[in-house]
Amino acid sequence: MSASPYAHGPAASPAEESAWGPGRVLATNLRAITGRAYPRVRGSLREKSWIFFEIALPFLSVCAFVLVYRALAAPEAYIGFAVLGGAILAFWLNVLWAMGAQLYWDRGEGNLEIYFTAPISLMSILLGMAVGGLYMSATRALLIIAMGSLLFDVQYSVDQWVLLGVVFLLTLVALYGLGMLMASLFLFWGREAWHLANLFQEPVYFLGGLYAPIKVLGPLAALAVGILPLAVGLDAIRQLTFSDVPDIGFLPPEVEAVILVLMSIAFLLLARIALGYFERKARAEGRLMARWQ
Amino acid sequence: MSRQSPGVAIEARALRRVYKAKPAPVTALDGVDLEVPAGEMFGLLGPNGAGKTTLIKILTTLLLPTSGTARVAGFDVVSEASRIRRIMNMVSGGEQSGYGILLVREQLWMFGQFYGLGSREGWKRVDELIDLVGLGEQRLQRVSALSTGQRQKLNLARGLINDPWILFLDEPTLGLDVSAAREVRDHFRNWRSAVPGRTALLTTHYMAEADELCDRVAIVDRGRILALGTPAELKRRVQKESLFRIEVDRLPGGPATLGRLPGVLSAVTSAAAPGAPPDGVTVSLALADDGALAGVVAALAAADAHLRGLAKSEPTLEDVFVELVGRGLDEPDEPAATTGDSG
Repeated sequence: MSASPYAHGPAASPAEESAWGPGRVLATNLRAITGRAYPRVRGSLREKSWIFFEIALPFLSVCAFVLVYRALAAPEAYIGFAVLGGAILAFWLNVLWAMGAQLYWDRGEGNLEIYFTAPISLMSILLGMAVGGLYMSATRALLIIAMGSLLFDVQYSVDQWVLLGVVFLLTLVALYGLGMLMASLFLFWGREAWHLANLFQEPVYFLGGLYAPIKVLGPLAALAVGILPLAVGLDAIRQLTFSDVPDIGFLPPEVEAVILVLMSIAFLLLARIALGYFERKARAEGRLMARWQ
Repeated sequence: MSRQSPGVAIEARALRRVYKAKPAPVTALDGVDLEVPAGEMFGLLGPNGAGKTTLIKILTTLLLPTSGTARVAGFDVVSEASRIRRIMNMVSGGEQSGYGILLVREQLWMFGQFYGLGSREGWKRVDELIDLVGLGEQRLQRVSALSTGQRQKLNLARGLINDPWILFLDEPTLGLDVSAAREVRDHFRNWRSAVPGRTALLTTHYMAEADELCDRVAIVDRGRILALGTPAELKRRVQKESLFRIEVDRLPGGPATLGRLPGVLSAVTSAAAPGAPPDGVTVSLALADDGALAGVVAALAAADAHLRGLAKSEPTLEDVFVELVGRGLDEPDEPAATTGDSG
């Protein structure tokens, strides 16, 4: 160790210091995931106001649906559908705004330059965002389920706990895979992708089957199941959580689990390809350093 | 693939970068050739839009060249970017990176994770760097509450977190007061001298900063290197002229009026001397010989401009720049198309 405070390690040559083995590359990327997740977790613990904005306000939407269902004397299971949909929505909003839009914001702040000049993959940064975002989203989802269940006396009926757990995890992987793919679009299209996210929000509310079974969408349900992990996952979770309610699923949950596996693989693979492609394009066109284009 | 010669930290050959822009493409770099030996503090000096930032972005792997090659520590910026990223870092002036909600200590730790510092090693390094840059009192303060100078010290600490071999400094003292800028410059000097072979490439449009810090300087304008050498070598280029600095209360028609006088080689406005009244005009003059000064004084009197001060000056890098480019650093160039490049 050098005596100078300006030198922390043994001084090898640049050539030696830049020759990393696969282990070091992996370890650095894992640490980058931790590093990027850190501000999200730390920030949510530090600024408690998010509890009001992220939980109390969205819960009002759930309440509105519950009141409508009660006014229409809908089957009691529909109350549970609304609570479940309100909870799962947290993950979709996190994917849409806190992954795709975050990269856009990061570019504006100059963080994107730092990510790209660091010896890490952008996938690690996005995974870090996902892990950090999951903390907040999972808290929001759990609290909405807890409050909704207590307030509206929702009765769950779960027969296949393992399958429910698997489907939930697969839904998250597919959702965040889609988020990574969207982040690469943000990287390339900048402001236009911002509008694209806005464009996604309401149609996904409609097609995602957040507050009612997607079966009611008729032929559109097939489209939703084909492209939206939210729709597939929620449909399967709903069937597994309310197993005593007959005929509410679009497809059997086992089939939907397979679709989620395929979606997870496809989205992660596409995200990796797209990130690489868009990074090259962005470097070629100078978009990594354009703050606000 | 050919490697660059040993001992060369940064190398550019026929480097060219063109931005797509309307109504016409903008050439930010136009065939730059450059070789910076390991261990050198090298300065790129030029006005806004000269191509300095574009060059630094190419060398830091953020931007691809349109043509030509560039290598850092022997690694190609296009095909070996990942190896370059492991041994370099960058500090930019006015940088607002990071997350305001984090504490100073936490922010640095986060950046350390991007370079693979272990958790415990990372916290230790962070505390050392915080003490080093003099942010000890702000250690547990939120980043959003830092002043501009403190923020730049934090950026500097971030730039040193991976013990880089090569540091790219893009206008690192931009917006800092005199004392904070001096402190930052001292850190760069100390960092470089701590380990033989450490190299820094500095872009600045502060002439005195380049003069003070850099072993060699390249003067850049419109994407080309106009001159390259040690500050002393460059200044000798204009030594043959007589240089004067005059301060007047007003100058109708601007310095161009003086520039047209016989024996006046150039006349440009320059920064006022410390303590000079703020309402006056300071002009740097390059004269063919001392005799031309009489004509200048007479012209000022005819224009009813009151002469407040007159001093013969030693040449500065700004004088070199004026001679090479034909205008001062702060004087606008011809209008250029807008690009994402800031310099």
